[in-house]
Amino acid sequence: MKFEAVIGLEVHVQLATASKMFTRVAAGYGEPANTLTDPVVLALPGALPVLNKAALDQIIKAGLILGCSIAPVCKWDRKNYFYPDSPKNYQLSQYDQPICLGGAVEIELPGPARNVMGEHKKIPLTRIHLEEDVGKLTHGAQDTLVDYNRAGTPLMEIVSEPALASADEAYAFLTSLRLALVHGGISDCDMEKGQMRCDANISIRPVGATRLGTKVELKNLNSISFVRDGIAHEIRRQLAVAAAGGTITQETRDYDGQTGTSQSLRSKEMAHDYRYFPDPDLMPVRVDEAWLAALRATIPEHHFDRQRRFMADYQLPYTITSVLVPDRGLADYFEAAARLGAAPQAAANWIANDLRRELAAAKLPLAASKLHPAHIAGLVSLVESGVISSSIAKEVFVAMFQSGEPPAAIVDRLGLRQSTDTGELEKWVSAAIAANPKAVAEFKAGNEKALNPIKGAVMKASAGKANPQRVDELARKLIG
Amino acid sequence: MSTQPDLNLDYVANLARLALTEEEKREFARQLGDILHYVEKLRQVDVTGVEPMAHASPVFNVWAADVAGPGLSVEAALRNAPARRDDTIVVPKVVE
Amino acid sequence: MADEIIHQPAARLAALLAAGKLSSLELVQACLARKRAVDDRVQAFNSCDEAAALAAAQASDARRAAGQARGPLDGIPVGLKDAIAVEGQPLTCSSRMLANFVSPYDATVTQKLKAAGAIPLGRLNMDEFAMGSSTENSAFRPTANPWDLTRVPGGSSGGSAAAVAAGELPLTLGSDTGGSIRQPAALCGIVGLKPTYGLVSRYGLAAYASSLDQIGPLARTVEDAALLLGVIAGHDPRDSTSFQAEVPDYRAGLAARKGPWRLGVPKEFFGAGLDPEVSAAAKRALEFYRQHGCEIREVSLPLAAEYAIATYYLIATAEASSNLARYDGIRYGHRSAAAKDAIDIYTRSRAEGFGSEVKRRIILGTHVLSSGYYDAYYLRAQKVRTLIRNEFAAVLRDCDALLSPTSPVPAFKLGEKSADPLAMYLTDIYTISVNLAGLPGISIPCGFTGGGLPIGLQLIGRPFDEAGLLAIAHAYEQAHEWSQRHPAL
Ligand SMILES: [Mg+2]
Ligand SMILES: [Zn+2]
Repeated sequence: MKFEAVIGLEVHVQLATASKMFTRVAAGYGEPANTLTDPVVLALPGALPVLNKAALDQIIKAGLILGCSIAPVCKWDRKNYFYPDSPKNYQLSQYDQPICLGGAVEIELPGPARNVMGEHKKIPLTRIHLEEDVGKLTHGAQDTLVDYNRAGTPLMEIVSEPALASADEAYAFLTSLRLALVHGGISDCDMEKGQMRCDANISIRPVGATRLGTKVELKNLNSISFVRDGIAHEIRRQLAVAAAGGTITQETRDYDGQTGTSQSLRSKEMAHDYRYFPDPDLMPVRVDEAWLAALRATIPEHHFDRQRRFMADYQLPYTITSVLVPDRGLADYFEAAARLGAAPQAAANWIANDLRRELAAAKLPLAASKLHPAHIAGLVSLVESGVISSSIAKEVFVAMFQSGEPPAAIVDRLGLRQSTDTGELEKWVSAAIAANPKAVAEFKAGNEKALNPIKGAVMKASAGKANPQRVDELARKLIG
Repeated sequence: MSTQPDLNLDYVANLARLALTEEEKREFARQLGDILHYVEKLRQVDVTGVEPMAHASPVFNVWAADVAGPGLSVEAALRNAPARRDDTIVVPKVVE
Repeated sequence: MADEIIHQPAARLAALLAAGKLSSLELVQACLARKRAVDDRVQAFNSCDEAAALAAAQASDARRAAGQARGPLDGIPVGLKDAIAVEGQPLTCSSRMLANFVSPYDATVTQKLKAAGAIPLGRLNMDEFAMGSSTENSAFRPTANPWDLTRVPGGSSGGSAAAVAAGELPLTLGSDTGGSIRQPAALCGIVGLKPTYGLVSRYGLAAYASSLDQIGPLARTVEDAALLLGVIAGHDPRDSTSFQAEVPDYRAGLAARKGPWRLGVPKEFFGAGLDPEVSAAAKRALEFYRQHGCEIREVSLPLAAEYAIATYYLIATAEASSNLARYDGIRYGHRSAAAKDAIDIYTRSRAEGFGSEVKRRIILGTHVLSSGYYDAYYLRAQKVRTLIRNEFAAVLRDCDALLSPTSPVPAFKLGEKSADPLAMYLTDIYTISVNLAGLPGISIPCGFTGGGLPIGLQLIGRPFDEAGLLAIAHAYEQAHEWSQRHPAL
């Protein structure tokens, strides 16, 4: 029997806000233990929650980005369970009236080659709701230590339909979701900092079957690669169980990305009974069209739409767009250069290759660059109009990157203008012909390549300032 | 609601994380049985089409701007902790 | 001095302070002396930081001397139910669970009191976590009724009521979830006001049932209640259920708002189970209003009368089961020495830390929210609550206030009802529906039984019309001398 895998993902994403979800103490990462608390975070007697408006804005914006329908009214529910990381022993969440319903994440599957765009498909979402994060437990040999800094951080839970068919699709889902949320300013989605966390529900069924098989929940998948590896591992494990005639048991498994193994977490004997009920301390939220319109106006172009537009409008190759588009700043930078009149393909090359290389070498973020889109536009036009050669342009680029000086100024200051003075060029070409009799002979015998050493000698003699086109023409004329 | 309210005390006490003595269980079973029997009377009320009331007054969109303010000092946060170490709260080892 | 001031209304004390005939230090010392003299019998106090109160009194006197007195309550001591947070002071909720807890922050009402120059004095006894109607559920000791030390003061704010009645404090704050201010005020012969839900911030009040709890004043006179309400009322951004309402000058409203009023008398609130002496006293009060030109009309609240208690015990216990989950022995509170793992900490600490009424209500509330029961119990109770609110709203369209006894019985004997929770619950029959509807309600003294026990009259008003309610209560009080009687202690 042939089996297929069915995967659903539950992704928790921390929202980038200054304060916590239900109180105004600062939210943050990496602070000393228990320095980001207040009576609400610690659930002291008498403390009461107050909603963070920015967190609502963020999740609605996320919903709009992902094409969800936004509920006109939503409310807050208590999910009751005891755990030492949960100060109130209930989590404020949304149960039967989540703020975002439906929507989808567009994903791109690996293409047939690195330079060819892969297949795109839309993975439907069930819902997105807002809740609060819990504290952090550190387990020692004897005891457990609790730090409540993270407790109460705004958390968005994104639930996909069981509509993913492979580990690669799950990888593509998270990659695309991450980009959409980072570009939207919703979250930094740093999985290492726990800003994005993923659980996967995985089952297998005979190809063609409509009923879902018994699902296994995979937890602690703390990088996008581990998600892919963990799911692949779990699918193999289930297939092996099925092949051996066994049955899959419903359980929660913990995947260890370092060792590539998983183990069953002690399954809870009793089913959860969370006793959800509407939180009497928080008022419901009504969302109107004006609010939605204001948020809609702040949404950036979706990364895949932008990529398609870059390929169609600017005729950029897929590989270059794959470099530019995922980095919103870089793509904006490119478009700014293009708007300034730079030839798009040349500008894209400078940005995707040279600029990124220099930034990396200098360990600088794009925002700190002294080199602006206008520099790129200027440089591209200097090359196009033949004022400098491509190789001189490389030199100018590095100088611009370091000083922030406009390219034309550098060219003038260093006297790098390409020579089009026919008298000067003839002198250099004649000298090169005289110095390379062997190459001349070969060229005359029909070897086109033999012209190269002559042209090279001219470029050398002119320190790159000779216009290669003119050198080629002159050399042919003078030899011929 | 049945006329014989079925209260599974062990189940509920576990959810509520309360260890009850046998005597408490006997006493609560009787007393809560009486109370559950008393609240049976709500079955008489026709609530068709009635909106449930979760709040005393229907107010919407109560929130605050996202401006971080001061919190408690570590000392104030942990002064009531039964056990602490390295500015964290200590609990016996948690097993999942 | 002490004897002359211990039973004076706060407004009178404020006048003496303003006239320089009394200092705040003298006043606080008189209260502390009275407490030393009677509280071993009344047992209204859980704790009292005398040094802090004396220092605050001296600061108040210094302000006044500098011409910077902050208002009528500057220098007046105000006792707080032991469920309202005061920074640096114990907050026990009369529970073993919080026996050693010290609050690191102030409740909003505490901040407002301090800002008005009032002096928080004493942590007052209560039924554990405000669950009860007699203060016998305190984990520490029961409070006695100052009029008869063998009887209960009512509850859950029994310490707050008894302290005022016993002359230990001129003003106190209590909290009222189903009658916990009004019923002890009635049983102790003082004034107790439960404000409209949302008028007074709940921030810093240890929650019992969030959608019902409301902090309010207990005082010797209606005017005193108006003064204290004026200080604690108003919108609080820290409480999402706090209402955006203007706070009028309640004291000025007492004289400004004159009748005659249209008063409704819910016929069901004068039915079976009502003590004849209580009934007679309430009817005499009704007669007083009629003679003063008020239109008295009989009204009917059949749903409130029949279903309020059942509705209340489903909603309040459900909310409480979740509100009290935070008491787990992890971050604060009692942690069982016998606990071996994290689950143990919960089950044992909570078993050792909570008294039986609290456990009973947590169990009940957990049950009514649990899988398979939610719709039949909790959801249905919320719907009945809507019907009860609508019923009150309809009646209050044509009435300025409703009038009834506060409690069906005067103060009962200590231990009399403690074995029968349902019988105890039924004593809240006239007060509970007011919380369900979110309305303001006040209890004022309206006479005494032949045995010398105080009787309380309840007036129920329109939402956020405390000014009107206080004026109606004030008119009755001014014509009677009940508030000038004091228990012999
Ligand atoms: Mg906990
Ligand atoms: Zn979640």
